[in-house]
Amino acid sequence: MSTRREFIKITTAGAGATVLGLNTVGSGIFKWFGSQVEDPVSDDVLTPFPTYCEVCFWKCAGWTYVDKKGRIRKIVGNKRDPHSKGRLCPRGTGGVGMYYDEDRLKTPLIRETGKDGSQFFREASWDEALDLVANKMKEVKEKYGPESFGFFVHGTPGNHLEHLGRAYGSDTSAEPAFANCRGPRSAAYYSTFGAFIGSPENTDIRDTRCLVLIGSHIGENMHNSQVQEMSEAIDNKATIITVDPRFSTAAGHSTHWLPIKPATDIALLLAWIHVLIYDELYNKDFVEKYTFGFDPLRKHVKNMTPEWAYSITGIEPAQIRETARAMAGAAPAVVIHPGRHTVWYGDDSQRERAMAILTALLGAWGQRGSLYLPETVSLPQFPQPDYPEPKWNWRDLNQGKYPLAMMGITTELLKASIPRLNYKHQVKAWLVGGTNLPISLPDKKLFREAADSVEFIAVVDTMPMEVTGYADVVLPEATYLERYDFLRVAQNRLPNVALRMPATVPKYKSKPAWWITKQIGQRLGLHDYFNYNDYSEVIDWQLKQIGTSLEEMKKIGVKSFPRKTGPPYLGKNEDYTFNTNTGKIELYSSDFADAGFDPIPVYIPHPEPPQDFYRLIYGRAPMHTFSRTINNHNLWDLMSHNNVWVNPLVAHSLGLKNGQKVWLKNQDGAVSSFPVTVRVTERIRWDSVYMVHGFGHSGKKLTRAYGRGASDEEMITNVMVDPVMGGAGMRGNFVTFLKEAPKNNGKEVSA
Amino acid sequence: MRYAMAIDTKKCVGCSDCVVACQLENNVPDGYCRDWIVENVKGKYPGLFLEFRSERCNHCDNAPCVRCCPTGASHIVDGGIVLVTRDECIGCCACIESCPYDARYVHPKGYIDKCTFCIQRVEKGQNPACVDVCPTHCLHFGDLDNSNSDVSMALKDRKWKVLSPDAGTRPQLYFLI
Amino acid sequence: MDEELIVSGRHIPNIDPYLHVWHWQIPLYLFLGGLAAGILFFAGYFVVTGKQEKMKATVKWAPIIAPFVLVIGLTALFWDLKHKLYFWQLYTTVRFESPMSWGAWTLMIITPLSVLWVASYLKEIIPTWDWKVVWFNRFESWLIKIRVPMAWVMMILAVILGIYTGILLSAFNARPLWNTSILGPLFLVSGFSTGLAATIWISTDPAERRILSRIDLVFIVVELFLIVHLFMGFLAGTETAVESAKLFLGGSFTMSFWVFVVILGLIFPGVLEAMELRGLHVPKWIPAALILFGGLMFRFIIVEAGQISRFLN
Repeated sequence: MSTRREFIKITTAGAGATVLGLNTVGSGIFKWFGSQVEDPVSDDVLTPFPTYCEVCFWKCAGWTYVDKKGRIRKIVGNKRDPHSKGRLCPRGTGGVGMYYDEDRLKTPLIRETGKDGSQFFREASWDEALDLVANKMKEVKEKYGPESFGFFVHGTPGNHLEHLGRAYGSDTSAEPAFANCRGPRSAAYYSTFGAFIGSPENTDIRDTRCLVLIGSHIGENMHNSQVQEMSEAIDNKATIITVDPRFSTAAGHSTHWLPIKPATDIALLLAWIHVLIYDELYNKDFVEKYTFGFDPLRKHVKNMTPEWAYSITGIEPAQIRETARAMAGAAPAVVIHPGRHTVWYGDDSQRERAMAILTALLGAWGQRGSLYLPETVSLPQFPQPDYPEPKWNWRDLNQGKYPLAMMGITTELLKASIPRLNYKHQVKAWLVGGTNLPISLPDKKLFREAADSVEFIAVVDTMPMEVTGYADVVLPEATYLERYDFLRVAQNRLPNVALRMPATVPKYKSKPAWWITKQIGQRLGLHDYFNYNDYSEVIDWQLKQIGTSLEEMKKIGVKSFPRKTGPPYLGKNEDYTFNTNTGKIELYSSDFADAGFDPIPVYIPHPEPPQDFYRLIYGRAPMHTFSRTINNHNLWDLMSHNNVWVNPLVAHSLGLKNGQKVWLKNQDGAVSSFPVTVRVTERIRWDSVYMVHGFGHSGKKLTRAYGRGASDEEMITNVMVDPVMGGAGMRGNFVTFLKEAPKNNGKEVSA
Repeated sequence: MRYAMAIDTKKCVGCSDCVVACQLENNVPDGYCRDWIVENVKGKYPGLFLEFRSERCNHCDNAPCVRCCPTGASHIVDGGIVLVTRDECIGCCACIESCPYDARYVHPKGYIDKCTFCIQRVEKGQNPACVDVCPTHCLHFGDLDNSNSDVSMALKDRKWKVLSPDAGTRPQLYFLI
Repeated sequence: MDEELIVSGRHIPNIDPYLHVWHWQIPLYLFLGGLAAGILFFAGYFVVTGKQEKMKATVKWAPIIAPFVLVIGLTALFWDLKHKLYFWQLYTTVRFESPMSWGAWTLMIITPLSVLWVASYLKEIIPTWDWKVVWFNRFESWLIKIRVPMAWVMMILAVILGIYTGILLSAFNARPLWNTSILGPLFLVSGFSTGLAATIWISTDPAERRILSRIDLVFIVVELFLIVHLFMGFLAGTETAVESAKLFLGGSFTMSFWVFVVILGLIFPGVLEAMELRGLHVPKWIPAALILFGGLMFRFIIVEAGQISRFLN
């Protein structure tokens, strides 16, 4: 029996009253802290606690400084950490705001239907909420099998939720990070080099002689060590080539900026490959020794000259040649940055393949200043029984499509939740943690129908984000500053491990995800998978296995270890077998060919904006992480709303002025819920507009974020799906401007 | 001893880390900031120039704010750092009117406030909070009279500019260009 | 296109998007201070030149306004202070580089002085007045005896009072519109002119009014020349100066300045006064009121526009 699910904005009197009751003392103290304390405090009287940041996914390690009264004062980077090198980015520095945010979820909530039929949240005890979740999980297991319980997860809460899911019997999970972000890159580089790029990317920007950014906007995209290393590259006078239709910050610091027409990057990449091959600038020895498929590649790009590319991309042939030569001159110390958010037009795996091929031709793999060979600490799993083998998993949802997908695809998980779409494997319930699905996924119609169709949704979150409005149970999570989590073992030049420990007790009634999942697990009879009382026991055990301890890690925060797999760079003429079908770097991809896709990328033109419409390009701002931080007081202070960038020629012809508020309408008739301010700037092309993603929150309880700026996601209704791995290409949407509020404003956007 | 700061505009990406680090280090009141980022775009697409500047009080050598203060609350200490003694400040705002850089603000408690080059840290031999947090390492601080200091080394062999030199204030923030 | 904007979210009240930290209290004080300066200067001048019998209103009646006007002005200034409890710090030091310090001390002396001046004439103003306290009567006689030295002191202090506010504003390098040495003399002449206008309004003696009108006419002409000089200076100055002058030459203050201050506040009353001197009867309050209005508007506009003007980086 499925209940029709209303989107409940967490504004019920119930929640409000208890907020007042429970927290007059709490908020009173913190308000006092805000205005009374005037003088800066010396580090000598502060106690540091090691942590790693959760504001974005870079996971920089740092120290949380707490004063004698137990109040968090600031967070500073850990000098031993290769992610932060002692300096956090503005979001990490502003992470304090996540802890003090008075709009935080404070207590578990359960959806109820009133006598008049309206739906609302009422407060519940942890026991009641956990019992409900556990019972629903048991119910789904009995009726449909545990596989039908789907998991949408992201970040460190995801680690715990996935562990619970696997122990319970479900591997039906998806993170937006794959199909809505890095997926094409994973598929392309894996099939070419037999290795993932991973995170942090194994880009040796620090020592490179030439950095090539295809749409990457490092500097606005604030991935800490990348920005730091790019700054070092500038000091070292490295050549920086940025390919971007917008004059990004990176373009502003580049030696060459190629103002490319949107959606034509593959043509440019193929022309570069042509120049390297036909002008004999490619690394012959490297190609000879390590690659497969050079001859088909050579034949393929024969007619893809710079002149051909010029007519498509608008980049002058001379500039195409000049930049190709710059890359060749710097080779092998060249980084063709693989990008991060690579889901653009649906042929993204092919674009990434072109980038991988270019990298290989330059010999820029496993060399100093190119892509180094990363290593990760191998952390043993805390003793537990093997996970049960589910009857089907996330891959089976794809029903044979997207053969090169490596992780669950969020869109497929949504579609499998909708009975009328008749997926062979149906998903009946969701557990969501660490991701704000309505804003991170495009195609709101699909999300709404999916949320409406499932029988049960439980959401774990720290804030009353929009996704919580669709939940049956909301579980308030403690922030990263208040909890233990999995040890961070991320790849790098040197394998290293970082500790996160709580700097203070969880505020309000929030709990860490490890506790939440352990409680649910115990209720499901899965004690053997949660054989500890406090998560610090797990951490201590794991650390002792690798030669350190919780006690030591509390003092140093990060520990690096010597490499076991040899140096991060290939030796001269070293024999190396790649983890591909042919054992070589595949310029011609056998994986792609076997799956029926173009084994070497082909340029395909994409739809252009119709008359009076402009392509919507979106990106990041260095002080925010998607929609997650907009309500954070410290970061909201730096940027409280987004603008829509409009070229002066366009502004002039449409009569738009700087600072004017407009509503956006896209090619499918979707209209933005809130107005957005126009910024007239030369930094954007006349055929496009640009917005920073994450604004236009519709959750009223997010007092600072609500209604500020407009949501680009509302304008993304056309999704161009990548047939190779299921990536959701989102840059095929076009907007026009409405100078007055649309007439049906106030109702929920129908998009 | 002459403290000064150099800001490398070739590396600044305008991330505003310096702004939030300062706010937390110095308990700057809500809604106020002691430093800020200015973005300057020149030209016409695609012939464009972009510059980010992290700006704050310039701790000028010829500080008009110190000259015009009727009580002497605004004063200069050893090393050239301009400070405000809050219990001598009457809040007349003459200093705010006289600052070409808009570096000062009225603290909610009534006295005038601004960047202090984190003097409480400098006295301990540390850098100001903004300098220590900057991820691009584009902020350099130190004693100009010491040729080995971070700021002196940064200024060596680099072109630089100051803001509004014709205001006659002799500012001590050097923007490397 | 040259685009410059703050991108770290700065929105400090009264500073962003443009400076507006001094509100109506300051121009009001500037006006009242100038008014008092004008009244007190001429009161002293006509005593020193021995003409007090012919200029009764100037010497005796107009100065009654001065203490009240000064106190209201001081109250406005106090009200403007953001750290009021510490106002007394002003009087713990004299800072020679700070015109505001000069002003604080000048006001400290001239306000009681103006009270004493009026007190010394109280028996002439209110014939039945009796101090009732012996010591007061003795003090009063002494005051009457030292009237001339008091007049000299008052004249000097009145000049300082009239000019220092202009010097104060011109000492702010950061505000190009104020940063001109013409501002001091301009404020002085304007202040004295308003003082004369107020005195003319009060005076019941046509002969006295004639003398005052002649002086006022000269001052009005001087003011007009100074204003022309001011703008010529800006337009021949640096780009920053030219930009700030544009506020008055096509910018948002063009109408209000040229109409309210120059035409209504100077030229028109000047013409009326000249006509009066020629024999045409003009009700005395019209030019007087216009000059006072013009003086007030002038200070409001200069304070507001000056805060908007800024250096180009």
